[in-house]
Amino acid sequence: MELVPYLILGLLEGLVTAAVLSLMALGLSLVFGVMRVVNVAHGEFFMVGAVLAWQIASLFEGHPAWGFLAALLVAPPLTACIAVAANQLVLKRIEYDPERTIVATIGLLYIIQQVTLMTYGPDARPVEAPFNQRLSIPLVEWTESGLSLYWPWGLGTTTYKLAVIMAAVMLLTGIWILMTRTRSGLLMRATQLDRETAQAFGIPVGRVYATVFGLGAALAALAGVLIVPIQQAHYLMGHDPLLLSFIVVIIGGLGSLPGTVVAALLIGISDGMISVFFSPTLAKIIATLGVAFVLIFMPQGLFGKRGL
Amino acid sequence: MSEIRKSWGLHTGVVALLLALNFILPDYHHGNLARVMVLACYAMGYNMLFGYTGLLSLGHALFFAAGMYGMSLTVQHLGWSAGPAIIVGLASGLAMSLVVGILSLRTAGVAFMIVTLMFAQAGYLAALYFGEYTRGDEGFVIQKAARQIGGIDLSDPMSRYLAALVLFAVCLFITLRVVQTGFGRVLVAIRENEERTRMLGYDVHLHKLLAILLSGTMSAAAGAAYGLLFGYAGATFASVQYSIFPLLWVLLGGAGTVLGPFVGTLFMFYLIDLSSDISTAYMLIAGLTLVLLTLFAPQGLVGELRRRTLRWLP
Repeated sequence: MELVPYLILGLLEGLVTAAVLSLMALGLSLVFGVMRVVNVAHGEFFMVGAVLAWQIASLFEGHPAWGFLAALLVAPPLTACIAVAANQLVLKRIEYDPERTIVATIGLLYIIQQVTLMTYGPDARPVEAPFNQRLSIPLVEWTESGLSLYWPWGLGTTTYKLAVIMAAVMLLTGIWILMTRTRSGLLMRATQLDRETAQAFGIPVGRVYATVFGLGAALAALAGVLIVPIQQAHYLMGHDPLLLSFIVVIIGGLGSLPGTVVAALLIGISDGMISVFFSPTLAKIIATLGVAFVLIFMPQGLFGKRGL
Repeated sequence: MSEIRKSWGLHTGVVALLLALNFILPDYHHGNLARVMVLACYAMGYNMLFGYTGLLSLGHALFFAAGMYGMSLTVQHLGWSAGPAIIVGLASGLAMSLVVGILSLRTAGVAFMIVTLMFAQAGYLAALYFGEYTRGDEGFVIQKAARQIGGIDLSDPMSRYLAALVLFAVCLFITLRVVQTGFGRVLVAIRENEERTRMLGYDVHLHKLLAILLSGTMSAAAGAAYGLLFGYAGATFASVQYSIFPLLWVLLGGAGTVLGPFVGTLFMFYLIDLSSDISTAYMLIAGLTLVLLTLFAPQGLVGELRRRTLRWLP
């Protein structure tokens, strides 16, 4: 195979990564933006979404689409409930103090992960995709008889992967409308700008915090449900996406929605491209060091207005 | 009796007690306590930065692993003997903390935590990437023949315990001495109010950097000793989990107390040891402890003791 099909394949895989990553990073960024909480347990909400998707889908027989649809509708709200409970029981009581929140969410990470290990077990389990046709992608070639199409071997994607990309675009648009065009979005933005003034104007800050934390977790869980037909559900699967979404949020600038999406595209596609050509470990080393240096030398990120 | 003499007395007493335990303890606990003492040195290194200077690092596994690999790789691949190899371990810890310190101190607060976390993650991945030498997660065993200093066989339980005790005592008395000097007091002042310390004319940046160097090197010493005494080096010791552990130990024992790290390590070690008999999900205990500590006892065990009765505890 020549270079061009490789590039297209890397691009497509990268777009799927970017789609999932942007949902997850958006949740992380929302929680940080509004609550100033660095949620280290965010990756576990992603994992819980995927594991719940397996649990729910396995209850259904017949066409896999029914199980998947049920998972899509039930898993994110359930995960949001866990997150809201954690918010009320732990985060609220330590008054969202930055350092203590980090320590507490590290604790939450281990609790959620290990409880999953005890109940769901150490196996990786797949969920069948609702539809999964293979699509081959044609390329244009210049031959003696003019332009013609040809189908390189191995170059293709599936309808499900395209659907994931579409779903992410729709969800991101939905969140953007929620944040900019609705009353609850207004309350969140007011709390983000100035917590105390918002409170003085009668905004129920406590309820806004609980909603945002739940919404953030639901976004991560949605990403988990969407990824589980491509990648299996496993109790340790939250680790890498957490790291990547930290990277996305930091590069995109905290609390900036367009920045998060652009950074997710950048990281997702370069991750796809780099891992086609280089060892994934080397790619991760470069990415983590890159984040460290962005934080050190450009603390406000590439698009954001303020730093950590 | 003055407070300084009281605290020297107490800490010498603890070391003497540990020496006495060497001759009494049954085999199983004897081995465990040696392990706890070495890990407590790691915790004391961490405490120097987190407890006294107020800088929360999430990447100390980098320094622990620098010491461990600095020592074990020279033994394994260059055939050096243990003594000089330990020096190499210490030097790599010092160099690593100098680089990380200079870079990460340009940030503060949450950014500092994430930067240290990222550096440690890069270090862990590098250990996996150079799997040809480090054998990655699987790790490698350091041969019994190489684990000797001056004719003393460190794989023998008795000399291993005593070597661990010597390292522990050195780290304990260094910490105790540091917190009694002006340098240590400036560190505490930085923790309490950085701006005011700067106003008083102290070079805050330099003091923080020195704290990182001391903390990183102490952690590296623990890493090198752990590899040497227990004969194994692996990438697990560079993973995020090993950056979280010292935080957990120090928080449990009491941040900013000299004995806290040891008490926390001992407590946590046995908690995990007992619970791993019941379930494989032993990290659940660590998670629960972290959450409960932040909620109910942010001072830790020794910290609570100091707050309630023994106000003179350093």
